[in-house]
Amino acid sequence: MTAVADVVAVACLLGGALLCLTAGVGLVRFPDVLSRMHAGTKPQVLGVLLIMVGAAIRLNGWSNSWMLLLVAAFQLLTAPVSAHMISRVAYRRRHVRRDLLLVDELRSAGQDRVYQGDEPADAPPEEPGAALAESRREEDGAR
Amino acid sequence: MTAVAVVAHALLGGGALLALVRLARGPSLLDRVVATDTLLVIISASLAVHAALERDPTVIPVLVVVSLLAFVGSVSIARYIGGMLVGSSGDGQDVGLPPAAELGEGRP
Repeated sequence: MTAVADVVAVACLLGGALLCLTAGVGLVRFPDVLSRMHAGTKPQVLGVLLIMVGAAIRLNGWSNSWMLLLVAAFQLLTAPVSAHMISRVAYRRRHVRRDLLLVDELRSAGQDRVYQGDEPADAPPEEPGAALAESRREEDGAR
Repeated sequence: MTAVAVVAHALLGGGALLALVRLARGPSLLDRVVATDTLLVIISASLAVHAALERDPTVIPVLVVVSLLAFVGSVSIARYIGGMLVGSSGDGQDVGLPPAAELGEGRP
């Protein structure tokens, strides 16, 4: 029984380690930020999950298993959030090779000089004077 | 079990070394953020591999701290650059960011 469990655990650990190596290779060889992030988050989800499963099989005791489960759940929750923020900033900073993209929904026609359509909701207005005049006009209309 | 330890640590070390190469070469700040994130994940994975192969649960709490640290670091750098972009009128060069990668190198 323990021999079978050890074999399963070692297979999980080696699979996770192999995913870490592929992440490194992808980081070095891929052309831009988005594809590097695609390669670099491979160990972050599947690799960490595999290694945590292997470690939970090898270590006995419920407290260790719960803490490893906490680490895995935390990676699953935080990896999409940080990837979303980094890729948004990368698009707006033009670190994306847009000639390699198949679908580019954020690109709007004719407004290519400065990226439009991906500003945060609390971004300052383009022309502060015009926005102020418009808000005053709305206040007068409401009164 | 020793052979398994050698192989697993060789794979993890290779991945960490390649992430360090990207960290040193990376043309932009965001490449370095991605490489740092990957490096921290590989470090926590190798801590877990060590704990599993030695049956030594001492480093398990360190894993929680390292995974928290990776998330906080990458999100704070992304928000920092985003704040610089909001403060500028163009694509950030007037507030001190380097020129964008897509415009700089010769595109095919």
